[in-house]
Amino acid sequence: MNGAAPPAVADTFPRLLLEHARVRGAQTSAREKDLGIWQSWTWSEAAANVRALACGLAAMGFKRGDHLAIIGDNRPQLYWAIGAAQVLGGVAVPLYQDAIALEMAYILDDADVRFAVVEDQEQVDKLLEIRGQLSKLVHIVFEDPRGMRHYSQTFLHAYADVQQAGRDFDAAHPEFFSREVNQGSSSDIAIMLYTSGTTGKPKGVCHTHAALIAAARGGCDFDRLGPGDEVLSYLPMAWVGDNLFSYAQALVAGFTINCPESGDTVMTDMREIGPTYYFAPPRVFENLLTQVMIRMEDASRLKRALFHSFLGVARRCGAEILDRKPGVSPLDRLLYTLGNVLVFGPLRNVLGMSRIRVAYTAGAAIGPDLFRFYRSIGVNLKQLYGSTETCAYVCLQPDRHIKLDTVGPPAPGVEVRIAEDGEVLVRSRALLKEYYRRPDSTAEVFDAQGYFRTGDAGLFDTDGHLKIIDRAKDVGKLSSGAVFAPNYIENKLKFFPYVKEAVAFGHGRDMVCAFINIDLGAVGNWAERRNLAYSGYTDLAGKPQVYDLIAGCVEKVNAELAADPMVAGSQVRRFLILHKELDPDDDELTRTRKVRRGFIADKYGRLVDALYEGKSVQHIDTQVKFEDGRSGVIEADVSIRDAATYSPAALCKSA
Amino acid sequence: MSTAPSQRHIGDVLLKLDGISLAFGGVKALDDVSFEVRSHEIRAIIGPNGAGKSSLLNVINGVYHPSQGAVTYKGTTYRQMRPHEAARRGIARTFQNIALFKGMTVLDNIMTGRTLKMHAGFLFQCLYFGKARSEELAHRRKVEHIIDFLQIEHIRKTPVGRLAYGLQKRVELARALAAEPELLLLDEPMAGMNLEEKEDMCRFILDANDEFGTTIVLIEHDMGVVMDLSDRVVVLDYGRKIGDGSPDEVRRNQAVIDAYLGVRH
Repeated sequence: MNGAAPPAVADTFPRLLLEHARVRGAQTSAREKDLGIWQSWTWSEAAANVRALACGLAAMGFKRGDHLAIIGDNRPQLYWAIGAAQVLGGVAVPLYQDAIALEMAYILDDADVRFAVVEDQEQVDKLLEIRGQLSKLVHIVFEDPRGMRHYSQTFLHAYADVQQAGRDFDAAHPEFFSREVNQGSSSDIAIMLYTSGTTGKPKGVCHTHAALIAAARGGCDFDRLGPGDEVLSYLPMAWVGDNLFSYAQALVAGFTINCPESGDTVMTDMREIGPTYYFAPPRVFENLLTQVMIRMEDASRLKRALFHSFLGVARRCGAEILDRKPGVSPLDRLLYTLGNVLVFGPLRNVLGMSRIRVAYTAGAAIGPDLFRFYRSIGVNLKQLYGSTETCAYVCLQPDRHIKLDTVGPPAPGVEVRIAEDGEVLVRSRALLKEYYRRPDSTAEVFDAQGYFRTGDAGLFDTDGHLKIIDRAKDVGKLSSGAVFAPNYIENKLKFFPYVKEAVAFGHGRDMVCAFINIDLGAVGNWAERRNLAYSGYTDLAGKPQVYDLIAGCVEKVNAELAADPMVAGSQVRRFLILHKELDPDDDELTRTRKVRRGFIADKYGRLVDALYEGKSVQHIDTQVKFEDGRSGVIEADVSIRDAATYSPAALCKSA
Repeated sequence: MSTAPSQRHIGDVLLKLDGISLAFGGVKALDDVSFEVRSHEIRAIIGPNGAGKSSLLNVINGVYHPSQGAVTYKGTTYRQMRPHEAARRGIARTFQNIALFKGMTVLDNIMTGRTLKMHAGFLFQCLYFGKARSEELAHRRKVEHIIDFLQIEHIRKTPVGRLAYGLQKRVELARALAAEPELLLLDEPMAGMNLEEKEDMCRFILDANDEFGTTIVLIEHDMGVVMDLSDRVVVLDYGRKIGDGSPDEVRRNQAVIDAYLGVRH
């Protein structure tokens, strides 16, 4: 970090904020695109806004230790609300803004939320719908007054009004704000994040100021992030990643956060801002690449030829040049430089990645081809490993020492150990303090030496880089006794652009079978180019031609699996294409879009049975929930296909 | 939708149709239709195909001139009003078949809705100089508010022809709103939309009515939508008015039931 690092006394987020307002008050702290123009706020303005909101909340009766829910898209006003809660010694509880009311009710109740700051009418309506179940919620503050004119409930307050009341309160009690900030301690709980609930009900993970600041500072030092950096804040605020990158690290390093205009404009907004530091789950990188590839299919022949030939060059030497490895021939270097001018540079520009110094991905496995693609066109994409409980800070890949199949060595200040059963154990200052009101769960996840059990199975390679195989509890066995790692197979399937989701079954069975969700964009485009008419997802998914396409993908995966004796037995024998897209609204995916395997196996039990009974078609009707909470039924006859498998021996012979 | 229509302030008569008849040759499209629209009201016109609904909208904004009867708008009575006069007097509309400039971007299309509000001279506009410049900026700000209002930020720079049907409908509404109309005529704003798009459109219509105080006359076939949205409903059949009243009254009206479900002979 630069010499302007805040002094050690700034050990809570409110103190960090005030420190930035003092040191670089006129520099930009946050931007948001509104009415087509990027509006910006300086650090002084941000501090003044937090101060007004904090005083306003205090005037409404917010006490130390109170919990403040935050629901909405990424907006500076909502990040300030986190700050305001922390000023008052309270705890911010961000929620997923696209969650349906019922899911919110559980968390709001579990977290003992008394105050909520929400974005707009949509979120207010959700809260009003479930207010009957929430006896503890006393005040709701909404940021966007649109459509709120006729809401007469006295517990609803406009954000601007609360801030105005806060300024009056501040004028009457000028010493109040500094006293509150001074009372804060780094061991106070700063934020509570809910686990995605892949298994069972979500749990509230309590992080202290000290833990988050340790994780943020570690990451900032590691990648030399400073006040000049720009980050795009577009991932859900309830996710630990956004909290670390857009809040904790922004306050530690003093860089600028940029909030997009809406969820649909992220691509354009990213191009306009040109972030220097970027974070996205693999899914986003995958979508970007899919879009580029689809658009290239429609480009002129000359452009297509240029694109593909220079991508070939990049594939050969791009990643090596980025890592400054020796051994790249001068000709390749020349070609790469040419390609950089003609193809890679413009492509990075289109993706909004021209200025990126550091980009991270985490949250799920990233396909080696995908990962290598971004690195080869000169985007310094790296992987990290972490979880909600570890402030997303366990392993980071250092610049120039990137391995495709590992997540890098332990980050500075983090100790990682592998337990006897293969589980990854972590000890650092950036660990959770506890699960909220669940001492039993808290006790369960810590071992005697204070190591946190991640629940992931992993191993260290010879260079000390950590390699994650699967969730420890997901690793099962086939009835033959062979290891069955469903994630491993699903990820291999998902690396094909046509496959959006996959769910593999096999634990305790004699063979592996899989559900496939096709990617409507990619397969739709594929079908269009073949003049294959379809009316929607269900129709397209049932087309025999699409089955042929997917069978090809499955068989390629089988060939790869067959090459590795450890997993040769887990080749996918039979598969089907699901008649509907897996959806978090139907509880099939978590809000972070991980498949909930157990739930899906129950819900589609008839399909699973049909797979194993050898049927070739199975009728099913499925309940679906629409966005407005109503439900309907989708009916379909789902066909089932056998896929070719390979014997390891035959493969050796042919090789 | 949490705002009950009754909570809104419905004002005086804004538009009054008096004994309107319209004939195309021997075909009587409208036969002695009379009704009134109060300011700030959402008024629906329903009826089977060919009942004369679109003709009635065309009479209101001056595309057709009635052979008999008169239209009173804001206290002035007309036998004939030309469409551009209607527009100048604050009547905007959308069309049953989308009528946008397909090759132009969403932003430019909505800007055309501001045409009547541009006052700078032709030369200044060509040179983008002086008053033309400041005017353009003010109009752009207004248009951006509407883009924000209808949540179409992501397609601001997209040519309209490339958009899905539901979105085009929304752009057309945006263009109509850009004229800051007092009276907004919507001809089947939800035709051909899926459930989600319909719900969005409903919310936008209610919001426009609420935020801008726009009086709305709409033609719609989806009865659920009509019953949810409108304060009062006019029912037409074969060019004649057969019902008029609140959604509940209309739903119980025997003549309306017969027209829609048919009568046993």
